[in-house]
Amino acid sequence: MSILRRLTPLGFPALIVVLLPMAWVLDDYATKTLTSILVLGLLAASVALLTGVAGLPTLGQTAPYLVGAYTAATLVRHDVSIGVVQLLAAAAAGALFSLVTAPLVVYARGVVVLMITLALGELTMTVAGRWKSVTHGTDGLLAFAAPAPLPGLVTLDTDRATYLYVLTVVAVLVGVMLLVLRSPAGALLRAARDGEARMRASGHPVAGYLTVAYVAAGGLAGAAGSLLVTVERYVSPGAGGFDISALVLLAVVIGGATSLVGALLGAGLVVATRDWIASRDWFGGSMAGHAPLVLGGLFILCVYLLPRGLLGKRTAHE
Amino acid sequence: MTLTIDGVHAGYGGGTVLHGVDLVVPEGAALAVLGMNGAGKTTLVHTIAGLVKARSGSIRLGDAELATELAGRPAHRIARAGVALVPQGRRVFASLTVAEHLALSRRKGDWTVPRILELLPRLGERLTHKGNQLSGGEAQMLAIARALLTQPRLLLLDEPCEGLAVDLAARVRGVVAELTRTGLTVLLVEQQPEHARAVTDRLVHLANGVLSANDVLSATADDGATADDGATAAVLPQGQPQ
Repeated sequence: MSILRRLTPLGFPALIVVLLPMAWVLDDYATKTLTSILVLGLLAASVALLTGVAGLPTLGQTAPYLVGAYTAATLVRHDVSIGVVQLLAAAAAGALFSLVTAPLVVYARGVVVLMITLALGELTMTVAGRWKSVTHGTDGLLAFAAPAPLPGLVTLDTDRATYLYVLTVVAVLVGVMLLVLRSPAGALLRAARDGEARMRASGHPVAGYLTVAYVAAGGLAGAAGSLLVTVERYVSPGAGGFDISALVLLAVVIGGATSLVGALLGAGLVVATRDWIASRDWFGGSMAGHAPLVLGGLFILCVYLLPRGLLGKRTAHE
Repeated sequence: MTLTIDGVHAGYGGGTVLHGVDLVVPEGAALAVLGMNGAGKTTLVHTIAGLVKARSGSIRLGDAELATELAGRPAHRIARAGVALVPQGRRVFASLTVAEHLALSRRKGDWTVPRILELLPRLGERLTHKGNQLSGGEAQMLAIARALLTQPRLLLLDEPCEGLAVDLAARVRGVVAELTRTGLTVLLVEQQPEHARAVTDRLVHLANGVLSANDVLSATADDGATADDGATAAVLPQGQPQ
């Protein structure tokens, strides 16, 4: 895995170059699955930003994800058909949600953060299920109209066009985050994760830095929610359930918690395992219907064989 | 700036470690606090730096109140008021390079990166090395550099020579002694009297969270050191045993 880690700086552009032609290589089902992987991968990248880079382990990024998804779906239902507008509004809503809930999260550490964020995720899902006048409750919101990425461009009527739009958005957002994390801002977050007391004693307002990271991660998750609506044309409270939170955290652990690119790869592995390997007639059909079992086995293998994941780096606590 | 500590009690959980510590370090002076393991040395510097809350008493740097029994400033504000801590065990960041350490700590003031690299030239050869790739001596130099770049008016050093080979410890002592001659107010906590005496002749003893000067003064007198009663009176202001 050390070769993979050394290739990480080059890995993301290479990954995008590999993924781009898939729009013309894969069939519709595989293209749709790959699109879903990218959406979940963006959500996983937001979890990796918090869990691995900032040191705030989270099970609650499904909350801003749902907020972003409902924001985008509501815009679609109000005839806002420009993808980038939906995306920006959803990201802003996710970031705002995170800004409001930040005081609950950024002063806690470790397992307490996990519990608080889990509670926030569950509360948000419950609100989405009960606030029927806005969310249509557990029936969910339909958002049929396909958006055009920008004014004047064609609408995303095909799986291929949707895939290319989602790939572009994920490439831009993750690329920007990678650049930010390579700047002094990233060094500040890593230092706060590795030695919070030392940072505070050096005059750094760690809680402020964590708030910025939490809000940025909320924006990423909100953007992923917008992409979910673009792909599925529908959102319901179940899109932000605990199973999704756990699945995304699993993807981050497998990919390497300190790596956003690892989170994308982890999401690919997890969804591929769930939707392809465990639901097809491979291995004599013995895996069909046993996706949770296969994922559990994969997780145990990963913890023992790759404790830092595919691309994760050693932290000061190891 | 003068550091004034009045009747500070501090500790962790239900336990009290510091029992009414009174101490004055005059502006531009260096003072060493000697004590065994568990005496409360680290608690003392952590309380000054705001990492441990004082339960009672007050800590002032010049006219600025750092901690009172009612409220303590957050650690990052105390640091910005001019208090820098070089922690025990160096605590450099394993995942950051030397250059990143320096960049994160840098604030405007007299201590610039070129000046630091002049004082600690070894760091200049290690700029691209990560924290976990440095030797103990290099990590200690980096910890000192990091503290100086925050432009401190009070430098707290927590056993800077701990765990270093003899020659490296001598080099670190030399750097600290050089710093005391720049007019910086320095509070050093140490287990080893010889390390402390290489830096300053103002020594006090901390045992079970209570300060006194008796043991150390007799030790320094035996060695013909220059600690004088006037200096001791200046550091133990309120009738503490001398």
